[in-house]
Parts: sequence; C-alpha cells; structure tokens
Amino acid sequence: MFVFKLLFRNLFRHKLRTLLTVAGIAVAILSFGLLQTVVAAWYAGADASSATRLISRNAISLVFSLPIAYKERIRQLDGVKGVSYANWFGGVYITEKNFFPNFAIEPASYLAMYPEFILDETELRAFVHDRKGCVAGRKLAERHGWKIGDAVTLKGTIFPGTWEFTLRGIYRGKQPSTDEGQFFFHWNYLNESIRKQMPRRSDQVGIFLIEVAHPTLAAPVAQAVDTLFKNSLAETLTETEKAFQLSFIAMTEAIVVAIRIVSYLVIVIIMAVAANTMAMTARERIGEYAVFKAMGFGWWHICGMVFGESLLIALTGCLLGIALTFPVAAAFAAKLDQFFPVFLVEHGTIWLDLLLSLLVGTVAGIFPAWRAVRIRVADGLRRIG
Amino acid sequence: MSSPMVSIRSLSKSYRRGSQIIPVLEEISFDIAEGEFLALMGPSGSGKSTLLNLIAGIDQADSGSILVNGVDLTRLDDSSLARWRAGQVGFIFQFYNLIPVLTAFENVELPLLLTSMSRRKRHEHVATALSVVGLADRMEHRPSELSGGQQQRVAIARAIVTDPSLLVADEPTGDLDRVSAEEILQLMEQLNRSFNKTIIMVTHDPRAAERARRLLHLEKGLLLSPAQEAGGPGPAL
Repeated sequence: MFVFKLLFRNLFRHKLRTLLTVAGIAVAILSFGLLQTVVAAWYAGADASSATRLISRNAISLVFSLPIAYKERIRQLDGVKGVSYANWFGGVYITEKNFFPNFAIEPASYLAMYPEFILDETELRAFVHDRKGCVAGRKLAERHGWKIGDAVTLKGTIFPGTWEFTLRGIYRGKQPSTDEGQFFFHWNYLNESIRKQMPRRSDQVGIFLIEVAHPTLAAPVAQAVDTLFKNSLAETLTETEKAFQLSFIAMTEAIVVAIRIVSYLVIVIIMAVAANTMAMTARERIGEYAVFKAMGFGWWHICGMVFGESLLIALTGCLLGIALTFPVAAAFAAKLDQFFPVFLVEHGTIWLDLLLSLLVGTVAGIFPAWRAVRIRVADGLRRIG
Repeated sequence: MSSPMVSIRSLSKSYRRGSQIIPVLEEISFDIAEGEFLALMGPSGSGKSTLLNLIAGIDQADSGSILVNGVDLTRLDDSSLARWRAGQVGFIFQFYNLIPVLTAFENVELPLLLTSMSRRKRHEHVATALSVVGLADRMEHRPSELSGGQQQRVAIARAIVTDPSLLVADEPTGDLDRVSAEEILQLMEQLNRSFNKTIIMVTHDPRAAERARRLLHLEKGLLLSPAQEAGGPGPAL
C-alpha cells in the first residue's frame, strides 16, 4: 500500500512532464490500435471467408470470364454441395466517389451459400421474383438513404449503359465482422441485356462459387474442377475463398507491410520518449535513491520504484489510448465505410496494446534502474545540496 | 573493561582520479565506546565524511578493519551491509534528505518498512519517535511545509525510529540558523544522555563540537594526537 502511495505521489511530482508522457503514450497506443485495425480491415474479407466455399475463376486472369455451361458439370462432381456464380459489375452510383462492390448473382443459390447475409423472408422472395430487383447491405443503404422500393440506378463501366434496379431487400450481417456494404442484383437481368447488345459476351460468368460438404473436401474438389476443364478454351483456377481473397490482398501487400512497420515504429518512438522521461526522473532522484539505500533498502526496492513508476505511466497512457481507440475507430468506420466496410477493433489489438505498453514501461525503466542501482550511496548523497 | 562498540584498525581509503590515486584516510585506528558522543572535526578534504561513511557502512575501505558491535564491516557484501545498516545505523544528513512527496509521518515510517513489524506497531513507533523530537503535531505535514529545523528533527526521528545502536550525523547543523542548530544539538545531546545512543557527528562548527563528549581532529587523512591539536609535536593516536 505504502509503495503504491509513493509511486502515485512520485508520478505527480512533475505533473506536466508526466501528463505529456502519458498523453504521448496514449496517442501512440491510439495510433497503433488504429493502424492495426486498418490492417485487420484489409484482411476482413479473408477472415470472414468460409472453409467450405471455393471460388473458381478463369486460369488466365480474373478479367476473363467462364461459360455458364460449366455450372452443371461442376455440380456433378463428388463432394460438391452447391454451385452458384457471380459477375463483378463495377457499376457507379451517381459519381465514382460513391464506390461500393456490386455483383450480378444468381439470387437463390448465391444467398443460400452465404448464411451470414441475413435477409428477411419476404424481402428475399421479392428479390428473387423481381428480375430488376436488387439487395443492398444495411450500411450501404444507410449511407445513401435507400429504403425498400427505392429505385437505384447504376452507370455501367464494364457493361456500358444505365442500369435501373428496385431495392427489394436490405441484408444484415450475422456477425459484426460481416460486410454490410455490398450490392447484389440478378445475373439474368445483366445477361439478357448483354445478349441484346453484345451477344458474344453473354452467358459468361466471372466466378463460380462452389460449396463443398466438408472443409477436407476443398482441396480434392478444387483439383477435380481444374482437371475437368484442363485443355478447354477457358481453363479454371479453383481455390478456397480465403486464398481467393488473400490473392487480392497480395496485390497491396506492400501497403499492408508499410502500415505494420509504421505502427511498430510509433511504439519504438514512444519507447524512446518514455525512456527519456524515466532517465530524467531517475537522474533527479539519484540522491533519494542513495538515501533509501543508506537506510537499508536493497537494489530490488530501487528497481521496484523505478520500474513501478515507469510501468504506471505506460499503463495509464495505454488505458487512455485504448479508451480513445473505440470512439475514434467508430468515427473512422463511419467516414471510411465504403473503403473499409468492416472496421472493428479486435480483442487481439487490445491485448497487443497492453503487451506493448508493458514492454514500453519495462524498456523505459531499464537504464534508469541500472543507474539507480549502480550508484554508490556515498556518491549519491554527495549530489544532494 | 567492556569491548568498544566501534573498533577501527589501520583503516585506509583512497580515491582514484584518472591515473592519480588520492589518499583520503591513512592507517586510522581508534575506538568508540558505547554511549559516546563523538565529534569529528577537520578542514574540508581531511577525510572526516569518508570516515563517517565507512563507519556507517555506506562506503568500502581499501584496507584495515571496522568492527561495529563485533561485526567487521569490511567483510560484508553489499546486501549484508544493507541489512546491517537497516538494523544498526540511523542517518542524519546535512540537508535532511527527506522524501518530499511523503508526510513527516511517512518519512519516519520508511525504515520500518524493512522490518516485519505490523502496521499498528509501526504507527506506534513512528508516533513515539515524532514525540521524542517534539513534532507530534506536525505528523501530516510534508517537508516543504516545515522549517529547516523541523525537517532536521523529522530526519532525526527517522534515524531513531528503528532504535539503532549507532547514529551518524554529517554536518547536522550545517544548513540551519543558529537557533535551530541549537535545538538540534540539544536533541542529539538528549538522545545521547537519555537514550544512551552512540553518536558520531562530523562538523565544521566548533559550537556543535563542544556538545560532544569527545572530539577527534582529522587532517589530510590522519588523526591528530591531542598534542598535535595543541600545536606541538606528538605521536598520532
């Protein structure tokens, strides 16, 4: 009890210095937390993917499509539980600033494969039965103020023209980590229109989604699909949904690595700041430590005082930083939800914050503690006065 | 005849400044009996504070021996010395050296934290020590709220709270005005006479030295004999 009293009172001997150091650590922890959350948001798609879903695309590139006729042949393979398909539409809502992912899908089979998208039964029925119907995620609908029945018009970029839809449903995510920023409409609507305008591009899909009965079947089924279409005009590359998502992240891997490095650099910088504070503190108190030693206090008591204060500063800053991370992350998420549809501070980030603040507190205390322990009592006492 | 409380034999100490070795104490030998009040005097640099530090176990001698209550301090390692100091020595410094963030009560309580005493018992001891130095009504004051003389009295209470057999004081009145210095000296006299504390005091002040029962002079690291002190030739003690 006495020790904590001493630590707390020592903490406020230089209020401004302590306050600035705590504020610095809080800002560093906040920055670290946000940067880690950005990295986590980058991987949100991969993390949310299912181990029982495979994605089959054209082996040359995702830019090239696959014939819709593949669907029935894939369905017949052993281990395949269901098959669906989708096309990246790339439509623009009013201006390009309003970016959101939009796909042409086969409603019944696609939504059955994604139980994490929760859609009201009536809304699902309305969507399935309306060829020009569409479904949007809750966050996307909120962002643009869409209500059921509203007309939504997209400008095609890959598929030219103006495309009109009627909003038939708004889905919610089963988990907080489910992306609620996507937009789906009927593949048939797209295909029929293309057939009229560009017949050669009709009856093509961007990807096939394959559901397998068990995660252990993912590899053999993927291999079977690719073998099935080997030496055809459109060979396939089939991989797990996670691998498919990670292939997108790999394109921006350098950015993710840079963010990670910056987040740890912030911690290294604050470690230096905290170490400087503790070094100043210990230098000022060398005489006091000598008095403690003269009275019979051992090196472990002196270390306890230095490390205790250092850890107290680091943990106070950390807790403040963590407390700030949540509202700031929420503000970030609201502002950037079109780029990061899932922007959640993970538990792992909080634990990492705590761990790093302990590291900062410990490292910051090492040199001052070493100096305080090494000082000879007679030398320390000479510095007073 | 009973054995002396402090027995110093052939004690030498030097400091190194670069490649130069500066002798501070040379072949010092003397005894201090239990209950003595000894004043060490001498010009600056004569080695009196170094001698005090060696007797108090906060510095290491180059050679010789220092026996305090039969324990040879020159043979103890740092941890053993720390334990020994906690139980056997009370320190009184020139600049009081109180912990500024602690109250008078808490400052006095500090040395007791190293004992296995219960909280209640500790508080009793602290209250007694502060009463002895006449500061029972200033327990909750921080050092900055006390005068120099009062701070030194708190320091004395801290020095006696563990009931050590030996009190060492390095210029205890050096930072005080005349009235406060007089009060501190009276208090030390009282501790010596009423509580039989053995006190070794380093001082520059002849008035302070007069309060001691015995006076030793150091010059250039050597103890002066009474004859030398008087100005004539004579053997060193």
